Amino acid sequence: MTAVKSTAASATGLPGGGPGRKGGVRGPFGAGGGDGSAAEFVQRHGALVVLAAVLAVAALTIDGFFSVGNLNHIAVGAAFPAIIALGMTFVIITGGIDLSVGTVFALAGVLAAWASQYGSLAALALPLGVCGLIGALNGVLIAKARLAPFIVTLATMLGAWGLMLAVSDEGSETYVVPDGLALTPMVQERFLGIGYPVLLVLVLFAVGGVALRRTGWGQNLYAVGGNEDAAALMGVPVARTKISAYSLSGLLAGLAGALNAVWLGSGVTIFGIGIELDAISAVVIGGTLLAGGYGFVSGSLVGVLLLNVIQNIINGIGGLSSAFQQVVSGSFLITVVLAQNYLSRRREGN
Amino acid sequence: MTAIGMPAVRVDRTRAVPWLQEYGVYIGVAALLVFNLVFTPHFLSLENFRTQAVQVTPVLILSLGMALVIATGGIDLSVGSVMALSAAMISLYLGYGPVVAVLVALVAGAAAGAVNGALVAFAGVQAIVATLAMMIGGRGLSLVLLPQLDGIRNPGIRELGAGEALGVPYLVWISAVLVAVVVFVVRRTVFGRRIVAIGGNRRAGELSGLPVRRTLLVVYVLCGLLAAVAGVLATARLQASDPNSIGRLIELSAITAVVVGGTPLQGGRVRIAGTVAGAVLMQLLVSTLIKHDLPPSWTQIAQTAVIIAAVYVARERGRK
Repeated sequence: MTAVKSTAASATGLPGGGPGRKGGVRGPFGAGGGDGSAAEFVQRHGALVVLAAVLAVAALTIDGFFSVGNLNHIAVGAAFPAIIALGMTFVIITGGIDLSVGTVFALAGVLAAWASQYGSLAALALPLGVCGLIGALNGVLIAKARLAPFIVTLATMLGAWGLMLAVSDEGSETYVVPDGLALTPMVQERFLGIGYPVLLVLVLFAVGGVALRRTGWGQNLYAVGGNEDAAALMGVPVARTKISAYSLSGLLAGLAGALNAVWLGSGVTIFGIGIELDAISAVVIGGTLLAGGYGFVSGSLVGVLLLNVIQNIINGIGGLSSAFQQVVSGSFLITVVLAQNYLSRRREGN
Repeated sequence: MTAIGMPAVRVDRTRAVPWLQEYGVYIGVAALLVFNLVFTPHFLSLENFRTQAVQVTPVLILSLGMALVIATGGIDLSVGSVMALSAAMISLYLGYGPVVAVLVALVAGAAAGAVNGALVAFAGVQAIVATLAMMIGGRGLSLVLLPQLDGIRNPGIRELGAGEALGVPYLVWISAVLVAVVVFVVRRTVFGRRIVAIGGNRRAGELSGLPVRRTLLVVYVLCGLLAAVAGVLATARLQASDPNSIGRLIELSAITAVVVGGTPLQGGRVRIAGTVAGAVLMQLLVSTLIKHDLPPSWTQIAQTAVIIAAVYVARERGRK
């Protein structure tokens, strides 16, 4: 079926005009509306199929995998990375990348733990403010000064780490969240057996999905990622859209870091190293194209779950170090990217 | 934003910016040297210059490979992880003798580079994505192979890390030789011209019959190999394999050294002398800050500012 389509596309000789390219500027898969082809299905739901398969195999082979306790453990463990992956999805849809979220996450944790002595509001407001500013700085440097996203965010990754060391007395001070903080029960307790962080993730992803699909802002993100020049000519505020995406990424990483610190009860300084790579892997595994212009938030959620389930299985099997997860994560990333390249070439018919 | 009404400023900029891109790095090095001569006690000693020269070695060697990759219009984020991989290999294969261990480490680095190169050149994956995957997976693999720091007590390796010939440490000799080789390759060989041609316009390179894919593959293999050399030398100096912390964030220093040295991130141009000066600049900057009792936190924040400023100045070249 796809083969027929690709020959049709190449026969017309219009790389942008073949069937399934209804979305115009929005990347090789059109607007992501879906036309039921096999390639589209794999792109959209591949991660979900793999997740289902992994869950099924794990349920059959590992005792106690499907217990409520273990599933809750996976869900809560996936909650904070998922919040980061949501922001990363927006950034990647604009065709950029944000490597700073890992150390921003760590910085937010330390700031939240330090500020928690002044109450719950301070514990949230300070990290969110600082991390939002770092995100905005990324956005301004990328959108206004037109610097390459990876180098800017790699530099602010170092800068946020330095700031974190400055706050924590060169990493030697671990601030502890005081007992009785009003925020603590709201993070640690459960509602109907489901942890509050998990519920928060569901709400955030629902809001993010609606914003991406149903608002002008979301359409602007796709337009900027699909073809920046075309978007600018159509009157899309390119710089503002990019700055909003990076600011949001910083804010969400900050939120995840702050909540993580409250959840743990202290601002652990070494937390968050390499978490940006997990977030990027999760987003790409979920079907969002690193080239920009195509993607959806539900895929990122599935991607995060998939990586966390694999992590859980690796931990469950004795004798495998947790570093093995990184190997799996890296191989997954490259496999998915290769598959995407292959699929998009078939779709474009060359 | 475009300053139409300010022709005077524009003329200034068109002259100043290329000049700054060309010679800014040397001015930076000179300024830091003068500052240190005046304000840093005991700066002007042979011992200090030795220390600086030894400390700059890993970043310098990495930035040589990085300069070649960036000249083709690519990027290699995995160099730090490849360093870790080679460090793990040394520890694992030391039982067969130091020569075998070093060779295995170098082969591992070249293999990692070959994977990057194959993904970029043949599978058409963006360089940043392919090397990002290697950055994640490579670090993970080295930690799987060698979970924690492992001290190395081997006379051969120790001699490599601490020994010297004619009063100059081996580490400095090795980096000097590598710089000379890379300068020769870039200036005097067909391969060197191909690298720049591909970075300038890949399509034109293909149409004029250059072996674009093969050249790209070799460039990434060289970058991986040089990263492995840096990993071996860092391990030898440390007298320990530390796959967890070796080379963390070092890719940033290497990229900065290349960009500060006047090689644009868009590719199509490479300046090895500038890259060497760029690596020296980063080393001097860090050591100056440390010598004046600035804590690591402020050192890192200052580095961030320098990197962003350098990339900002270098960016103008792409516009012509």
